[in-house]
Amino acid sequence: MTYEAPVLEVEDLHLHFPLKRTLFDAIQRKQKRIVKALNGVSLEVKRGETLGIVGESGCGKSTLARCLARLYEADAGKIHYDGQEVAAKDAAALREYNRKVQMMFQDPYSSLNPRMTVRQVLSEALRVHNMRPPEQINDRIAELLDLVRLPQDAADKLPYEFSGGQRQRIAIARALSVEPEVLVADELVSALDVSVQAQVVNLLLELQDKLDLTILFVAHDLRLVRHVSHRVAVIYLGTIVEIGDSEQLFNAPKHPYSKALLAAAPSLDPDKRHTRPSISGELPSPLNVPKGCAFHARCPHASGQCQSETPRLRALDELGKVACHHAEALLSA
Amino acid sequence: MSSLSYLVSRLLQIIPTFLLVMVVIFLLVRMLPGDPAIAMADAKATEAQLELIRQKLGLNEPLVMQFFYFVKNTLSGDMGTSILLKAPVLEVIIERIPVTAFLTLYAVCLSILIAGPLAFVAALNKNGGLDIAIRSGFQVGLSTPVFYIGLLLLTFLAASLRLFPVGGYGTTFLQHLHHLMLPALTVALYTSAIIMRNLRSAVIEVLDADYVQFARSKGLSRSVILGRHVLRNAMISTVTLLGLSIGNLMSGTLVTETVFAVPGLGRLMLEAIFARDYPLIQGLTLTFAVMVSLVFLFTDMVQAWLDPRLRLS
Ligand SMILES: Nc1ncnc2c1ncn2[C@@H]1O[C@H](COP(=O)(O)OP(=O)(O)OP(=O)(O)O)[C@@H](O)[C@H]1O
Ligand code: SF4
Ligand SMILES: [Mg+2]
Repeated sequence: MTYEAPVLEVEDLHLHFPLKRTLFDAIQRKQKRIVKALNGVSLEVKRGETLGIVGESGCGKSTLARCLARLYEADAGKIHYDGQEVAAKDAAALREYNRKVQMMFQDPYSSLNPRMTVRQVLSEALRVHNMRPPEQINDRIAELLDLVRLPQDAADKLPYEFSGGQRQRIAIARALSVEPEVLVADELVSALDVSVQAQVVNLLLELQDKLDLTILFVAHDLRLVRHVSHRVAVIYLGTIVEIGDSEQLFNAPKHPYSKALLAAAPSLDPDKRHTRPSISGELPSPLNVPKGCAFHARCPHASGQCQSETPRLRALDELGKVACHHAEALLSA
Repeated sequence: MSSLSYLVSRLLQIIPTFLLVMVVIFLLVRMLPGDPAIAMADAKATEAQLELIRQKLGLNEPLVMQFFYFVKNTLSGDMGTSILLKAPVLEVIIERIPVTAFLTLYAVCLSILIAGPLAFVAALNKNGGLDIAIRSGFQVGLSTPVFYIGLLLLTFLAASLRLFPVGGYGTTFLQHLHHLMLPALTVALYTSAIIMRNLRSAVIEVLDADYVQFARSKGLSRSVILGRHVLRNAMISTVTLLGLSIGNLMSGTLVTETVFAVPGLGRLMLEAIFARDYPLIQGLTLTFAVMVSLVFLFTDMVQAWLDPRLRLS
């Protein structure tokens, strides 16, 4: 497998959600509050790879995933697909992008319309993108069910007749129906039992091999992310603080936040479980993202520069990039 | 379970309700001080007439037997004679059922026609100017008494502008529509406010569901998304609410039919109460109970059709 040509490139993506002012706020003349979900996310996804995305709850993982699948429109920033900018004015290119990049969701209950059978769900997807002439749709549905290892009689059942794991398979089939190149999996298995998680993840990896898929795998389970990803991006308050080779990042994280995040996760070694330091301080609200390095209030290495200057994401070696002013110093320390 | 056996089992469930209502009606008259026969008869009834009633009700026998006779008489269609109208209760009621059924159905249709589109407009403009305007408008409707709205409509649209008749029912279907427009509108203003609120929040919730966002990102047209994905799923809770508010709707007809002089069951009930016409009150109470039960049954069927999960149990 080669990982070289980036299939998807994201540059400086911003997305802010203005919160509605309540009448009470207006009377108190409070300013309109803004959730700064994404604050300049840049990343490259290479063809055929799995890029894991990790971070604390509320740091913008799902928002990023939805922007990539164009469920949300970013306020600013660029998305390139195969080197071509995906611009809002080119309707045909957008349509093609919408087909090539497919999203799968965390909640197996809200991701399928409860009143549509699997056949209806899949044929809607097939028809929208004219994937098959009408007379071949049923054959294609049978193929898709085989692909995700659901029995053929699943086609005429409604979502409530399936377990969570089966529903996620249906969601995978729905995504695959339009023959995408990139899958965005937002916490695809987080809602499932551990034993079922493994089945669904293994299915996904098999399909990736078989169909040459590129996968963005968003999850908060670090072990799972390590297991599936070639590379990993660590995201903190809407920016990427470290991105790089999965093994290197998990073995030797460079950014102070990555270190803290990995340390906070339950260790595999039971003896070490409670001896490691975890992150101090509260996660700041995305309503109020700190100036400079967003992590400075919680960082043990913060300096004056960290409070005023936002660190850029820069390459430290050929395997990874880090956004920290003192990355080199920390490395040699 | 097949639809038919579901229907049968739901119909059987009405029997206990029916019996309970019978018990209440039965006790109602017996709890009055004095002789139930006097309560059930005209004030000018002779002793011989009273004796006849006592025999029919089995008043000299134990309470359980009396109840048995009461149920038996009712099931055989004998609900006594109205003191006020001097006619068999059953006959009087059957004559008036179509009027109230028409009015109620009319009001339901109007409520849906008013509330449905506005709920969608409000939900799609969530927290925008239009949404706020629609919601405040209905809030006024909700907090104004039914009879007051009725009187306003009557004064302006019927009496002053003469757009509608001030009362009556008419004889043809179109006349019914015309005559009952204002009363139905009066009742509908209240129910549509409830439906609007519920449907609006249901639509907002469904619009937020992943499958709707997904459908949107696929580039499905707005009308397909709203029709196929949003409307049907948002309707489920609203149908329940509509069914449950049928009781409200019917008590609304009491006032409305009186204000608009509509010859229906509601006005009859009010007249029967003022005249202390016990046989008629009993018959009407039973009729309302049966009608409400049937509406609940119908609601359940529609719900089972809308929400496949319910078909399981
Ligand atoms: N549609 C929205 N409107 C307003 N705020 C939103 C919206 N979607 C997300 N947010 C806010 O943006 C921030 C980032 O949310 P996001 O869902 O991307 O986090 P996450 O990293 O996926 O968290 P989790 O691990 O809990 O899923 C949160 O503070 C969230 O409340
Ligand atoms: S830039 Fe400064 S505050 Fe931010 S992680 Fe690096 S050392 Fe810590
Ligand atoms: Mg999330």
